[in-house]
Amino acid sequence: MTTKLFGEPVQRREDARLVTGQGHYLDDFGPGALAAAFVRSPHAHARITDIDVSAALDVEGLVAVYTWEDLPGALAEPLPLLIPHPALTHGRTAYPLARDIVRHVGEPVVMVVAEDRYLAEDACALIEVEYEFLKPVVGVEEAVQGAHLVHEDVPGNVGAHLVQEVPSREGRSAADAIDAAPHRLEFRLDIERSASMPLEGRGVYARWDAGDGSLRVYSSTQTSTSVRMAVAAKLGLPLPKVEVIAPDVGGGFGVKIVHPWPEEILVPWAARTLGREVKWTEDRREHFVSSAHERAQVQHVRVGFDDEGRVLGLDVTILHDHGAYTPYGIIVPIITSTQLLGPYKIGAYRVEFSSIYTNTVQVTPYRGAGRPQAVFCMERTLDRVAAYLGKDRTEVRAANFIGPDEFPYDQGLIFQDGRPLVYDSGNYPESLRMLKEMVGWDSFPEMKARAAAEGRRIGIGIGCYVEGTGVGPYEGGHVQVTSDGRVHVSTGLTSQGQGHETVFAQIAATELGVPIERVSVVTGDTRRFGYAVGTFASRAAVMSGNAIALACRKVREKALRIAADALEADPRDLEITDGIVHVAGTPSASIPLATVAVLSNPLRYAFDEEAKRATQFSGTSAMDRPPVDEGEEPGLEGRDYYSPIRSTFASGMHAAIVETDPETAEITILRYAVVHDCGKLINPMIVEGQIHGGVAQGVGGALYEKMVYDEHGQLLNASFMDFLMPYATEVPRIETAHLETPSPLNPLGIKGAGEAGVIPVSAVIASAIEDAEGIPIDRMPISPSDLYTLRLRLAG
Amino acid sequence: MSEETTRYLVTLVVNGVVREAAVPARRLLSDFLRHDLGLTGTHVGCEHGVCGACTVLLDGEPVRSCLTFAVTVDGHEVTTVEGLAGDNELSPVQRAFTECHGLQCGFCTPGFLCAVTAFLRDNPAPTEEEALEAVSGNLCRCTGYQNIIKAVHRAAEIQAETQGRPEDRGGRA
Repeated sequence: MTTKLFGEPVQRREDARLVTGQGHYLDDFGPGALAAAFVRSPHAHARITDIDVSAALDVEGLVAVYTWEDLPGALAEPLPLLIPHPALTHGRTAYPLARDIVRHVGEPVVMVVAEDRYLAEDACALIEVEYEFLKPVVGVEEAVQGAHLVHEDVPGNVGAHLVQEVPSREGRSAADAIDAAPHRLEFRLDIERSASMPLEGRGVYARWDAGDGSLRVYSSTQTSTSVRMAVAAKLGLPLPKVEVIAPDVGGGFGVKIVHPWPEEILVPWAARTLGREVKWTEDRREHFVSSAHERAQVQHVRVGFDDEGRVLGLDVTILHDHGAYTPYGIIVPIITSTQLLGPYKIGAYRVEFSSIYTNTVQVTPYRGAGRPQAVFCMERTLDRVAAYLGKDRTEVRAANFIGPDEFPYDQGLIFQDGRPLVYDSGNYPESLRMLKEMVGWDSFPEMKARAAAEGRRIGIGIGCYVEGTGVGPYEGGHVQVTSDGRVHVSTGLTSQGQGHETVFAQIAATELGVPIERVSVVTGDTRRFGYAVGTFASRAAVMSGNAIALACRKVREKALRIAADALEADPRDLEITDGIVHVAGTPSASIPLATVAVLSNPLRYAFDEEAKRATQFSGTSAMDRPPVDEGEEPGLEGRDYYSPIRSTFASGMHAAIVETDPETAEITILRYAVVHDCGKLINPMIVEGQIHGGVAQGVGGALYEKMVYDEHGQLLNASFMDFLMPYATEVPRIETAHLETPSPLNPLGIKGAGEAGVIPVSAVIASAIEDAEGIPIDRMPISPSDLYTLRLRLAG
Repeated sequence: MSEETTRYLVTLVVNGVVREAAVPARRLLSDFLRHDLGLTGTHVGCEHGVCGACTVLLDGEPVRSCLTFAVTVDGHEVTTVEGLAGDNELSPVQRAFTECHGLQCGFCTPGFLCAVTAFLRDNPAPTEEEALEAVSGNLCRCTGYQNIIKAVHRAAEIQAETQGRPEDRGGRA
């Protein structure tokens, strides 16, 4: 019997190569390739007055030096604005190499190509760029004053401004509802910048084949199909002449969804121009100053509520720092402003954001993509409401929950996919009950009192979220059974460690009734599948998982049809078990799927023994029908697409118990508990791994990580020495429990899981520290010295 | 020929095999292994000695290959992730990382595997605290470390089970 693999903790099929050093990451390709390196701006805002490359020309092994003036055609134009939006009235993108003005430290100015990276960097060091300084704009509140401009033609540095309003059921505006509410609060919240920071940086390797005029590009990207279209467009090549492959990718977390990066089009262009293989591998410092960051926001909140803590009106104004350019549009603040509502029904809601230019690295999605800020805002608000009313924090949350019988629930907003924000399913009261039980919420006051008696300060915190996952427009899957009985699955989206090869194989093996060992999966290779969107927004399992399931169902149907012919049976009586099609209850009446694959492809030539069965004198073909009948195609394969009406909404709740040192203000997480609902689980081991990793990044964002810019726009901590990512010693043991509320929107009933872990962590830790300390926590991250200063300020 | 390009012959034993290449004095051991010897299993995550992805065993001891010049290891012995497995099977540490889902993207993994291999050779039955300490010099951005720590203990178990079969231990200098 074939084991049902969907839902099982199947070990990863990726691991055998990854633990033996046999994986192939970007920099592992092209051993003889030329190396590219870049001269990057050391200034946050300056006009380039001269570039003198003469000293570099003597460097042995130098091959080429390029500046903006060397770029032909579309390459010389600004990079694409990937996600236009009517509210983004002043979208601006960079040139691949700076033209006249640089707008952040790290912006590429000159590209050097040499025999190896050492020599390329030697040449970079000898290139003299003269700059005339312009006033740098740093900090979103300074920027919005508009005294100095990041882009001369963007007044007030405002790239976008968007208001969304949902009146109450009685038709009241948020302002009116707040004014009329029995209680009101008003406050400000701050969140600092962090970044995806995958252990492998970006990278591009390109081979030009002059013989047939084709280009093959490898990129450490989250979207190979879209990189392909961008490269073809920028280089003026026919699309079929360009192939893009995302090989093993060493983490993405959002930053690698941005494309095309300057390097992603410059390296292929150089490869074609020089007729040589060219590779660029980002180093860590480059990643800090020339990729992307996220998170920074200032939020102003007004809330009105009743005696039970029900929110009657909520008004949030957000200043969002999007850095120097907006290639990814305003997706991050749109997500913040819509996902802010979480699992709650709010009386009336108004949210306004301004997305602001500063002379800093651009801001694009990092795991969570605006949601950690949203949840921080909502959950801090509910904690304040609870504190004001003297109520338990979980009671106030429960008072605002959407009920399990209220789905689908329309929040009345437009989500990041341009579609209505309608939650498909969930069970928030059950989630809360599970969490409280797991963490011992109700008995915590005694625990706290006991600790206090020992002179220790401990506190408990909670954070709830809803995450729109599996956004469209679509993904596809292709499944082919070959005449050796092997199943070849491909999908266009890419993998960065999520275990897609395993979970997609689980889906295919389950759908087709074949042993998983016979299934192989390819992702992110445009040679295998050309239509895709990419891996982001916790969408891969939902989108490609369902597309592959649908493609498998087509293949299965065809296999049963062909097998029924061969077995002279009714296809409705057939099953597939262990790769054998057989009549249910009569195992002897059977035919291997491999043979079905042979029969599916009428042949003239027998290339092996098995193929003889399908040749034209074998007697297997009906004489009254053409060998490939109307509506049929040769081969046992299927392709299908999954395109959802809208996103599916996962949810979860986290709780933490922290201890703060009364003297040193050191913050220690004693317990961390997660209840997670991503619908039906394909592989619980992998989902838990995703949660662990997300929480660890959340802990980084809550306690350690921030990008520190000085007033000149210099990033002061652009190294792993100074930007503090958690080591094993900083991450608590994470306790997890799963609730499975299937999504009614897709055939597999699944929801996304990739980002969830990170989303509520800052809110949870703030809540717990506030509980331990009894002082309001309104900005994250919080370091021991921040907490110490807060104590002094409140004591003074 | 300039100071940057003068080449020096470096001969060493890598994963039990004598290898040699002529490289400039400034070539990092990480680049030497990856680009001159083609052993791309060793990864480079920061090039300033913090992340530990480039960890290899130099005469059996873990070192950051991105902070080591290739010319300084002439005559020494290096084990990389490619040398941890036995002929036909994974080493206990490799098996444990697989069983415990101790890796996701796999980029930092070779450094962890090398560090843990050396650690368990010296401390075959670590306490919780010691296992945590053993992996606290390496950064991982994917796993949250919980399953990595689990894998350290599991590897110790497997190692104990297979004791007396030294070919299973892998990575021994």
